Amino acid sequence: MKPAPPDPVPLRPNAPPVPPLDPARAERLDDIIARHAGQEGPLLPILHEVQAEWGMIPEAAQPVIARALGLARAEVHGVVSFYHDFREAPAGRHVLRICRAEACQAMGADALAARVQAALGLDWHATTPDGRLTLEPVFCLGLCACAPAAQMGDRLVGRATPERLVTLAGEAR
Amino acid sequence: MRIWVPADAAARALGADEVAAAVNAAGIRPIRNGSRGMIWLEPLLEIEIGGRRHGFGPVAAADVPSILAAPEGHPLALGPVDDLPWMRAQTRLTFARVGVIDPLSLDDYQAHGGLAGLRAALADPAAVVQTVTDAGLRGRGGAGFPTGLKWATVARAPADRKYIVCNADEGDSGTFADRMLMEGDPFALIEGMAIAAIAVGAAQGYVYVRSEYPHAIRAMERAITAARGAGVLGGSVLGSAHAFDMELRVGAGAYVCGEETSLLNSLEGKRGIVRAKPPIPALEGLFGRPTVVNNVLSLATVPWIMANGAAAYAAHGMGRSRGTMPLQIAGNVRHGGLCEVPFGLTLGQIVDEIAGGTASGRPVKAVQVGGPLGAYFPRSLFDTPFGYEEFAGQGGLVGHAGIVLFDDSADMLPLARFAMEFCAIESCGKCTPCRIGSTRGVETIDRIAAGDRDAIPILADLCNTMKWGSLCALGGFAPYPVMSALTHFPEDFTGKPRMEAAE
Repeated sequence: MKPAPPDPVPLRPNAPPVPPLDPARAERLDDIIARHAGQEGPLLPILHEVQAEWGMIPEAAQPVIARALGLARAEVHGVVSFYHDFREAPAGRHVLRICRAEACQAMGADALAARVQAALGLDWHATTPDGRLTLEPVFCLGLCACAPAAQMGDRLVGRATPERLVTLAGEAR
Repeated sequence: MRIWVPADAAARALGADEVAAAVNAAGIRPIRNGSRGMIWLEPLLEIEIGGRRHGFGPVAAADVPSILAAPEGHPLALGPVDDLPWMRAQTRLTFARVGVIDPLSLDDYQAHGGLAGLRAALADPAAVVQTVTDAGLRGRGGAGFPTGLKWATVARAPADRKYIVCNADEGDSGTFADRMLMEGDPFALIEGMAIAAIAVGAAQGYVYVRSEYPHAIRAMERAITAARGAGVLGGSVLGSAHAFDMELRVGAGAYVCGEETSLLNSLEGKRGIVRAKPPIPALEGLFGRPTVVNNVLSLATVPWIMANGAAAYAAHGMGRSRGTMPLQIAGNVRHGGLCEVPFGLTLGQIVDEIAGGTASGRPVKAVQVGGPLGAYFPRSLFDTPFGYEEFAGQGGLVGHAGIVLFDDSADMLPLARFAMEFCAIESCGKCTPCRIGSTRGVETIDRIAAGDRDAIPILADLCNTMKWGSLCALGGFAPYPVMSALTHFPEDFTGKPRMEAAE
């Protein structure tokens, strides 16, 4: 009697299954990858564009990118998780960033941040329940000569005050 | 009537876009220049009167109609901008055009001396490395390594391909010169990279810009496209036999990528982890090829050197610190901004005379020079001349020449803790002294804050291990702010003298 055939061995034993991207997203992802195919070291430009598209790097996109670039899925995940900019869950519709670096600290950034946090009821990296606003710390916006500095969406704010930032945050819909 | 309203990010943060819109509404299209560097006067509106540019500032949108109606004698009138004390105190070589020209006009760039350096390099490519060496230019990004020596190494290295990489990952608090240059004179950086390429035989360049600088990214992208369209970049640089093209890459929020080997890994699409040296990037850099990695200011200074000669540049400065340094004066400061001066001023002259002391009007307590990994200088060291060796001799660094003022309300213990915590957050994790040392450093400072004086020698020992055992400057330099704070401001660490038990 022949021995029973062994169970099929998965190609990558440590890779948990990920549900595939829906067809529309998969097609869009292929476009993005194709656009960067001719570049040297295309992974970061691809990830930036994916995040610009979906506000995050979907987990399901990572094996697709890995396969296209000849990388292990773990390598792509390693890059996504290394950089502060890349998100594995989307932020709120608007992001308020307050600089926490030394030049801003010299002008009271810690107190500014505490008052904005209290007024908005948000901790760092937290998003309002309606998904409208996320509060993020940032380390230097290059506005050190007009500290403290903040950024609300695309808008830069020099010599920021709590009142000004809370107003801007409130106006963002 | 010609009117200038800066599009510099700092000017925008203070309302320059609204001012520009008000000028537009009055039927005049303003030229969006870079910033002159007087950030306390931003938004600085300039009007050409009698062939000279007169400044008005700081201007709000509501002031625009009255300025346009009667510029002379307006309460915000500052007179000719070039005659202001801040401008007269400077020697602007690297920043000669910033704030003056339309940053995205190649015609304006050439009318103000642009491309003369590149033409000189094309006329005698073999002489470029020697000229840069003779000028005494050292890396303006922080380490101060001689630029000519780096280029000579790449030029001599045999390879099928070589690269020019511009490190524009200016993540240090208190520094913004790279950003101002890229926004205010992007063609200078492009020209400098093209000259470097001709000198070493590279055909491809990359500018690696941090993602926190969206305006600099846009300005650079537009300038690269314009330079390519005009034949400054491409298969034949200015009609010569040299091919050089470049691409802009955006970082992803990792501070450690300002370290050159991390930056190279990041460009290659990897985690921004430091590489052990050797091999040095000049021999095995991007994709294993010989690579020039220079800061924005180093590269953007080269066109001036090529156009005016090595001797003219080396005539400025002192000792082994030749030429000029764009100082970035920030923090709690009355007159903050960018001021380019020859090396050699004392720190006290910079703080008291140029910066005018603190914004709060309180006494200056400490000045951090060279970014978050630079030392805190007390007033007793203010007679230190601004130069690489001179600052190193006092336990500090010139670094990127960011100068951050703190008034006497600053508490140095939390600032030292912040430096350690920053290192812990941003460590790439490759080497143990940085990865674990910084976390233990935060804990040790917390013990000191809780009144445990026995933890002070432990902190000093830990800093010594980090300084000598770390692979790169992130872990290696974190001891500078920590130990300088502890050494010069011990009272902030030991608190009020405790009652002696035997009393």
